[in-house]
Amino acid sequence: MKRFGKFWWDFIVGDDWRVAVGVLLAFGVTALLATTSVPAWWVLPLAVAAVLWLSLLRAAR
Amino acid sequence: METVEALTIVLAIGLTRGWRSALTGAAVATLALAAIVAVLGPALTVIPIETLRLVVGGLLLVFGLQWLRKAILRASGWKAVRDESSVFERERAEAASAPHEERAGLDWYGFTICFKAVLLEGLEVAFIVLTFGSTQGSIPLAIVGAAAAVILVVLAGILVREPLSRVPENTLAFAVGVMLTTFGTFWGAEGAGVDWPGGDAALPAVLGFVLLVSLGYVTMLRRRRLVFA
Repeated sequence: MKRFGKFWWDFIVGDDWRVAVGVLLAFGVTALLATTSVPAWWVLPLAVAAVLWLSLLRAAR
Repeated sequence: METVEALTIVLAIGLTRGWRSALTGAAVATLALAAIVAVLGPALTVIPIETLRLVVGGLLLVFGLQWLRKAILRASGWKAVRDESSVFERERAEAASAPHEERAGLDWYGFTICFKAVLLEGLEVAFIVLTFGSTQGSIPLAIVGAAAAVILVVLAGILVREPLSRVPENTLAFAVGVMLTTFGTFWGAEGAGVDWPGGDAALPAVLGFVLLVSLGYVTMLRRRRLVFA
């Protein structure tokens, strides 16, 4: 069971769990902003760029 | 790409331990993958499209960023590029030294290694086929596309009878990462309630953005590596 869980964790989340957390947070902010009159389309692309860069910086040390 | 990786292992096992067990392992794994797609495919079509886009977008995004991260690190020299020839030699050496154990008339080592390789690499393909197919409303078309790619790679493998080391694997991984991240961003945002300016026409703009950012990161990390060297 533990190995099964680990397999799916590695399969979906991969090397850096912070990327998955960052994506989840970005989805939350996007969904919140989408309920207001402020355009929300820009949040996810910017979050993707930021999350990716932070993850790359951690790996490139 | 996943087929190239699985093919390397099946070739190494087939040449070292015999083709019967290697091909049986690969065939059983392919059947298992077909069953997974056959069961999950219809189940996904009953989920409302907005929910599907949010979940699929999120999964594609996390998955795509994994690919992109690895490809950028390899392209900038921070991670070793996967070498199919050395993987092939390593698998051959391990297969040659593994003890022979026969079960159900098959060399069990050869069978399980090939089964696992094809199943694990194939799961990634099945995941992409199901997510792209379900959000675009045509899982059969996505299956045909994936099957064509698999057949092409396997035919090339049969023709050359050695690992496909000349396939530009990291360039392909980079392209796949950019595509998965783009579609994940686009569908995920729509699922979260976003209306893209220009509707579907925004997709190429998102693609361009992800591509430029990724290429920029490769350049920045190459410079960083030079500073560290």
